[in-house]
Amino acid sequence: MNENLGSPVAAPYTTTSNNPGRIMATVMVALAPSTLYGFWLYGWPSIYLWLITIASAMLGEAFFLRAMDRQASKALTDGSAILTGWLLAVSLPPWAPWWIGAFGGLFGIVLGKHAFGGLGQNLFNPAMVARVALLISFPVQMTSWVGAAPLFAEGSPGPLDGLVILFKGIPAAFDAMTSATTLGFSKTEMSRGVDLLQSAAHAPALSMIGERAGSMGETAAWLIIAGGLMLIIKRIISWHIPVAMLLGVALPAVALNAYDPAHFLDAQTHLMSGGVMLGAFFIATDYVTSPNSPAGRFVFGFGCGLLTYVIRTWAGYPEGVAFAVMLMNALTPIIDNHFRPRIYGRNRKGLPLQVAD
Amino acid sequence: MLVSVGSLSLMGLALGSMLGAASRYLAVEENPLEAEIQAMLPGSQCGQCGYVGCAQAAAALAKGEAQVTLCPPGGKATAEALAAKLGIKVDLSAVVDSGPQIADVTEEICIGCSRCLKVCPTDAIIGAAKQVHNVIREACTGCSSCVNVCPTEALSLMPIPVTLQHWVWPQPASSAS
Amino acid sequence: MGFLDRFFKEPSWGVHPDDHKRPAADVPLRILPTPERVYMPLSQHVGGAARPIVVVGQQVLKGQLLADAQGNISAPIHAPVSGTVFAIGDVTAPHASGLPFRAITIESDGQDRWIDTEQVADPFALAPEEIARKAAAAGVVGLGGATFPSAVKFALGKRLKVETLIVNGGECEPYLSSDDRIMRDFADQVVDGVRLVMHAIGAKEALVGIEDNKPEAIAAMRKAAASFSEVKICPVPTRYPMGSDKQLIQTLTGKEVPSNARAAEVGVLVHNVSTCAAVHKAVRLGQPLVERIVTLNGGAIATPGNIYAPLGTLVADLLAFVGLKGDPARLILGGPMMGTPLAHDRIPLVKGASGILAFNAAEAATPEAGPCIRCGTCADACPMGLLPMEMAAHIRVEDFEGAEGYALGDCISCGCCAYVCPSHIPLVQYFSYAKGELMAAERVKLRTDATKRLAEARSARIEREKQEKAEAAARRKAEKDAAAAAKAAAAKAPAKDSGQAQGETV
Repeated sequence: MNENLGSPVAAPYTTTSNNPGRIMATVMVALAPSTLYGFWLYGWPSIYLWLITIASAMLGEAFFLRAMDRQASKALTDGSAILTGWLLAVSLPPWAPWWIGAFGGLFGIVLGKHAFGGLGQNLFNPAMVARVALLISFPVQMTSWVGAAPLFAEGSPGPLDGLVILFKGIPAAFDAMTSATTLGFSKTEMSRGVDLLQSAAHAPALSMIGERAGSMGETAAWLIIAGGLMLIIKRIISWHIPVAMLLGVALPAVALNAYDPAHFLDAQTHLMSGGVMLGAFFIATDYVTSPNSPAGRFVFGFGCGLLTYVIRTWAGYPEGVAFAVMLMNALTPIIDNHFRPRIYGRNRKGLPLQVAD
Repeated sequence: MLVSVGSLSLMGLALGSMLGAASRYLAVEENPLEAEIQAMLPGSQCGQCGYVGCAQAAAALAKGEAQVTLCPPGGKATAEALAAKLGIKVDLSAVVDSGPQIADVTEEICIGCSRCLKVCPTDAIIGAAKQVHNVIREACTGCSSCVNVCPTEALSLMPIPVTLQHWVWPQPASSAS
Repeated sequence: MGFLDRFFKEPSWGVHPDDHKRPAADVPLRILPTPERVYMPLSQHVGGAARPIVVVGQQVLKGQLLADAQGNISAPIHAPVSGTVFAIGDVTAPHASGLPFRAITIESDGQDRWIDTEQVADPFALAPEEIARKAAAAGVVGLGGATFPSAVKFALGKRLKVETLIVNGGECEPYLSSDDRIMRDFADQVVDGVRLVMHAIGAKEALVGIEDNKPEAIAAMRKAAASFSEVKICPVPTRYPMGSDKQLIQTLTGKEVPSNARAAEVGVLVHNVSTCAAVHKAVRLGQPLVERIVTLNGGAIATPGNIYAPLGTLVADLLAFVGLKGDPARLILGGPMMGTPLAHDRIPLVKGASGILAFNAAEAATPEAGPCIRCGTCADACPMGLLPMEMAAHIRVEDFEGAEGYALGDCISCGCCAYVCPSHIPLVQYFSYAKGELMAAERVKLRTDATKRLAEARSARIEREKQEKAEAAARRKAEKDAAAAAKAAAAKAPAKDSGQAQGETV
């Protein structure tokens, strides 16, 4: 019998077959239906943009790992760069020019992730870092929305038109496609002095199915919820962040809408428009940048929702999910420090329990 | 523009002078570092560092006059702790650390001269004139004072053997960052 | 609604690994033929090593005292076979370090002759202290793996007036089935032992916690305990680490043991089922603890199952008995979650060894560790409610005090965190490493303090000696002076007298 010399390895000697790659793949599977719906809704340009964003994220990852003398192939297969690119892509306007996706993917991976030390070390959600950077740098391209232009439908861009839109901008033939989001529309009207009750008649319709203007993968609420539920049931994410984030948006919306419906949108509009659903189930739940105790996750999620509502309602931007998530990302270490799970045999403060006599 | 430049400069000036005032008026008279360093040293006053005792060595360390690697009985661990305390970076890879050691009497050679008894800083050697001496393992600090005075080289430093009670788990081999 | 059970019925802590207990658990118990030599270690328990009282060459009978307990917390060692004391020397300890410890080697005469034992017909007529004394004399220690001398625990339970005895039949470690087997085959002994332990500590009830993946053991124990209402058989959910004292106490009584207290302080005491069977043998039959049931399991073993073997048997002999399917890739003492790695097979079976696992290459394969993705799975799995990823992050940069701030000391090393970690980070080893370093630092501190005291004592002594010398010198000088003065005075006496006379005349 061979002597097993050298440094001993501690128990456990058994483990699960789980690995980061599998987790990322499950998230992608959950994300796929709403993304596919986005492809169908916005046609070829969105498919190209999605591909370019993911490719540039992977390129960024490979380049950086090579520069750091680490094995690039292994890290690429864990899927985290693909997921970052994917999440960024589905939060972009579907007909954005190619360089938005390319720049965003590289920026998210290099400055959002590797500048902090790579997988597991980043303070901010890389996809949201990239999205915010793009929004601030290229506000026009990042807020040019299109209405529904389903694949293969009459008047929708074909595969070649898609390439033209991606690389040369939206040609005059498709100009009619451009549209406003509900949040953007209400904000513009309010700034013109038209209150919500008056503008409501012309506002873009909300749709549970998802047929509205918006980012590539954020419109099909029901598919996002289905994917999110799958992640919760598979225990990839816990329910705390999504539920708390939706509550964080809905509670103030209900209260203020009841107080003054002319100036505050109702809860349904808030929940069904913009990136709240996508943010609650897929973006705020990012492991690395969210707290790790149940209580902390709840606080974090509620903070994301509340900040989203605040930014949408009072700030200059019509949409605030990305900003809200990033602000709460910054608070994650503090939340982690204050909301630790109760330790067995200790009270909430971490002091040993008293022996009852 | 001018207002903002001016206000920022004013703020900087005000805060800077506050800091300056604080460093002057709230200065700690005595150097508390010295006591803390002394607590980290073995305290056997063996004198191998070249100072009279541990207190003097601590004073020199606090003033920055001595190297953190000055204490042979303390070994690498003490050097590391001192470097951390003093906030200096030292390349300790060159420090040969033989691990903690204790003195050991080779009984066949000991002539019972009792010179070692007199120099041992912790009274860790027992014996009398013309009797074979012995080291009390628990009391020996491995300072090597006795090794230097032994006329027959009966005294030598031996590494403390690792026992089941003292063995500790090594750091995981794959400490991925 | 199967999947809803995952959210509401199971404990929120712990993990559920594949148990791999069957088919080994269902194979009838086999008895190992007496090996040629056994190596009986002097230190098979928590506390001081036993002190040998036999000499090399001495004939011993099975069950004869080989080494006596030494100190308050210790246990004696008895001969597991009859034969001749062959040597008293070092053997490799069943310990991760692979370091040696002392053992008494006995060459078997192959006859297995028992020493005369004192049987007790009605042990319940004995005083509780007498039960504890008999258990101590028989060398009974906690057989679940903790190996704490049982009699010491009895005394503690008696002193703190423990009401409830918890009997641990959890056996939550995968692969192991020795407790399962003892409950199936010797349920009457276990129940009698439980009642003896209750008598020894003065407990009013006993709750026997058995994981519900062992229906045969539950049935057998229910049958054996049917006529004793104070012994309650309580099936508990199958969830690792249900067999950990703290988790079992919480599951059965709802009580939590405060982090700095012992279980007895909340009125419960935990003993393993195998320990209870050993108490039965020690008290009723007067037989010391010299044999135990050990599970041999794992992919490299040809006929896995439970073996009744003398203590001190080499792992190699046990493996030869059950047969190997090729070289094992990994040998483990205990279970795969908390077991000890064995460097080779020339290591003796000890009292706390519930299983020997020989893994084949597929079972032993460990995925390479990756970076922490902060998924929090480890924190969800931790039965103690700790934050393993935070502790490991501190330990990676050698910040052991920082890890202590996250209650590293409360970690029970159950291995749940490392088991579930998707990045396969060896979290338990991080914690063991940090605990070891902290303990070593504590030892260094104690040593430094002791050195300081010694150095001060020495300078005080030198000072005192100097002072005494000075005093002695002064005294001698004074005596000399006094003597001289007396002499001078005697010589000058007439003159003085005349002086006085003169004075008087002035």
